[in-house]
Amino acid sequence: MNPAQVTFGAAVALALATAVAAIVVPRRVVVGAGTALTGAAGLAAGVAAVSGHSFSLVLPGLLPLSGVSFTLDALGGLFVAVTGGVAVAAGVYATSYGKASAVLPMFVLAMLLVPAAASVGTLLVCWELMALFSLLLVIGENRSRAEVTSAGRWYAVMTHLGFVSILCGLMVFAAHAPADSFAALREARLSPAVSATVFVLTLAGFASKAGIVPLHAWLPRAHPEAPSHVSALMSAAMVNLGVYGLVRVGFDLLGGGPRWWWLLVLALGALSAVHGILQAAMSTDLKRLLGQSTTENMGLVLVGVGAAGLFTASGNPVLAGLATAAALLHVVNHAAFKTLLFLAAGAVLHGTGTRDLDALGGLRRTMPVTTALFGVGALAASALPPGTAFVSEWLLLQALVHGLPPSGVDTAIALPVAVAAVALTAGLAVVTFVKAFGVGFLAKPRSEAAANAREVPYGMRAGMAIAALGCVVLALLPSLVLPAVAGGATTGLVTLRLTGVTGSLSPLLLTLWLVVAVVVVAAGVRGVVARRTRRDARLWDCGGGPMSARMEYTATSFAEPLQRVFDDVVQPELDVHVTHHEESRYLVRAVEFRRSVPDRVERRLYAPVLAATRAWGRAGRSLATGSVHRYLGYGFYTLCAALLLLAVTR
Amino acid sequence: MTALGLAGAVVQPVLIVAGAPVLVGVMRQVRARLEGRAGPGIRQPWRDLRKLFGKERIAPRGTSEVFRVAPLVLVATTLVITVVAPFVTVASVLNPVADLFVVVALLAVGAVALALAGLDTGTAFGGMGASREVTILALVEPTLLVAILALSARVGSTNLGDVVSSMVREPSRVISPVSLLAAVALVIATVAENGRIPVDNPSTHLELTMVHEAMVLEYAGPDLALVELASAMRLSVFLGLLANLFVPWGIATTATPAALLAGVLALVLKVGVLGAALAAAEVFLAKLRLFRVPELLAGSFLLSLLAVAASYFLA
Repeated sequence: MNPAQVTFGAAVALALATAVAAIVVPRRVVVGAGTALTGAAGLAAGVAAVSGHSFSLVLPGLLPLSGVSFTLDALGGLFVAVTGGVAVAAGVYATSYGKASAVLPMFVLAMLLVPAAASVGTLLVCWELMALFSLLLVIGENRSRAEVTSAGRWYAVMTHLGFVSILCGLMVFAAHAPADSFAALREARLSPAVSATVFVLTLAGFASKAGIVPLHAWLPRAHPEAPSHVSALMSAAMVNLGVYGLVRVGFDLLGGGPRWWWLLVLALGALSAVHGILQAAMSTDLKRLLGQSTTENMGLVLVGVGAAGLFTASGNPVLAGLATAAALLHVVNHAAFKTLLFLAAGAVLHGTGTRDLDALGGLRRTMPVTTALFGVGALAASALPPGTAFVSEWLLLQALVHGLPPSGVDTAIALPVAVAAVALTAGLAVVTFVKAFGVGFLAKPRSEAAANAREVPYGMRAGMAIAALGCVVLALLPSLVLPAVAGGATTGLVTLRLTGVTGSLSPLLLTLWLVVAVVVVAAGVRGVVARRTRRDARLWDCGGGPMSARMEYTATSFAEPLQRVFDDVVQPELDVHVTHHEESRYLVRAVEFRRSVPDRVERRLYAPVLAATRAWGRAGRSLATGSVHRYLGYGFYTLCAALLLLAVTR
Repeated sequence: MTALGLAGAVVQPVLIVAGAPVLVGVMRQVRARLEGRAGPGIRQPWRDLRKLFGKERIAPRGTSEVFRVAPLVLVATTLVITVVAPFVTVASVLNPVADLFVVVALLAVGAVALALAGLDTGTAFGGMGASREVTILALVEPTLLVAILALSARVGSTNLGDVVSSMVREPSRVISPVSLLAAVALVIATVAENGRIPVDNPSTHLELTMVHEAMVLEYAGPDLALVELASAMRLSVFLGLLANLFVPWGIATTATPAALLAGVLALVLKVGVLGAALAAAEVFLAKLRLFRVPELLAGSFLLSLLAVAASYFLA
């Protein structure tokens, strides 16, 4: 028995025990602690698997016909470890937040099992369990609210369409292989047409789980409506499994593929990154903004995966390794900061009762701990040094930059455009998180709710602190996890040096030098200035009396210049309504202004499909008049038609 | 860590901190002369700074630590760049930080610190300045990074020292189409990032047209001095990088006093000429409307894409 097997078994047992215990003793402490312990065991199992202790387990009797088989290898171990880490923070947080639900540990368990599945049947069962448990958690807490039920419906439909797509893809794959285990699939020899079909079908399914445009419509609905620790689990752990599936099927089972597959992945990734962050930059709902940023980050990961596939197809394993390292490191980094941000958003919701940025502000006085921790997360998410995402985006850019010289024409066009997309994404991420932090937490409170905010209980703070610690460690010493995600793509502990190409970065030394520089400047200023105490002074109000919170910039006004710049892309809906005075049209009594930025991809792509479905439904209704004779007639004619068809074809 | 790198780490920050306000003075003087005014002389920015440092520190009501720390972060990020990037010497004391992407990101950190400070004041002007500043920042980013791609693709490294020394070794690259296209793109990005005409007017007194100045409206005394000093340093850093990336001649490649002196003189000369040219061009330009700025930036982005295309197809 190796350590991975023991700890993985412990995680399964803990999750089941917690679920049972939660039914008997429905207390938050029980569920939270159990989930955190499950996560810790999963984390340990993942780390053990990554460091070389892989194991296999076959349980033929558990599922009829195909049986259940698990293998935890290094790739699966990474995703198990990430899920475990997220579950630790979310579990600790849940000890003092939300309802005690037996579904929570089961959801974590399902997510731990997916990367360990070693046959098509096992993978599909675990995948479906994961979808069902998360659906229950999304709609569990606030069933009565219309937004929640609508989000649940969107999520249920889209996740099952994605499931069907994966099912079809893997069934086609398994039909051309001797058995449905992954080992047998690796041996299968597929014709290019079949492997392309398999790839495109599974890509559609996995991309929809990862929230990739254009299959992202469920994500900004379902993630914000779930309780915040569930949002964190979904946004930081569950979406990763879409990437896992893509890497597993594309690289491991199909063994790479032609260039167009990966150009497609690269294009989808770049589109998702830009679209996601653009929507997030316009968003005024804190949790929705975070959900849209998940689409952005998964897009960046897909850019890395696509580049890795492209380099593999052109026979450049060094750069392929670098791009894979960038993509997988970004998965880990994104999990860390998105957990922190969603938990902090939950704290804001808990403390103020609103998640509308236009109504927040001034939380730094009433909720200092949450403000500081959200600040850490926002820095991490905005891809600026010394933040967490900076290192992985730097690696991604290095892979793209070094890929240019020896490439074909398609790569020579795709890579610069990808660099531009990553750059625009990074810039817009700065706007988004300056807005989220600056408008949400700094300045003056914009509503009663924000002014009367209360700091959250210690359990929630501890959960956020764990995630923040993860962010800081990943930001300063990414070399601790890089060997696990990349093999030999980088060397060095303090200074990362790329293998095979020129490039080095030292996040720790950079941070150290920044701190030293701040201290030097502060000391210099202290030495120069005459008087050290600060005098309290009025803000510049143009002589117009004290400034009220109504005069502040809001999240909407903050994003307005950007919205104008991207007017043709996002097509916002503006509505100005002016009420005039009765006596004269020149006197205005009230002005009402409304703005909404609907998702354009969604409107263009989903609205026609939904309308067509509705029309078909209506047409179908006219067939069913309620007359028994008619139904008998349908049966008779269908039977005749089937017999005729058989007679003709046989 | 070489002797040359150490020498650069000492000489460069001193030179840029001392020289940046003088550069601003030179630019104002050039403008004044071209507009037919006498001008206050090139030492006026230093006199202003001395006066501001002697004043009382102010804490505007309702602001927090973010507002107080932002000027320090702004100066510190720029200071780190002056220490590690190749201005006077090719070698860097901390090579893993002297990366083009790191330098661009560090400059963005400073801008973000100031934008958060603008929002922290809770005034309409602070929010307005912050909103406009980060919008421009986001739009400049693609130009900067794609231009970096064009410059570094043929060197095979994004390390500033590598890029500059490859230019020194092969002077023929200076007049290649890649360099020229990337240079024009980077000049526009520099103008936008430093809030010069036609993107922003550093000497405006009309709040509604302000970008940078609106954001720092609440600063006074020593804090304002830091912000002004940092703005001057950022301009010098941008112009210095621009000069050394495209015309690297004179930069010290050995650690002898003569080479260092030549490096200092070459940098002063190049940055001075660039600054004077920028100031002279500003006399003939009007500030663009804020919502015309994206068109300018889109143009510069196109140029940088062309530079990448040229680096691939003309190689």
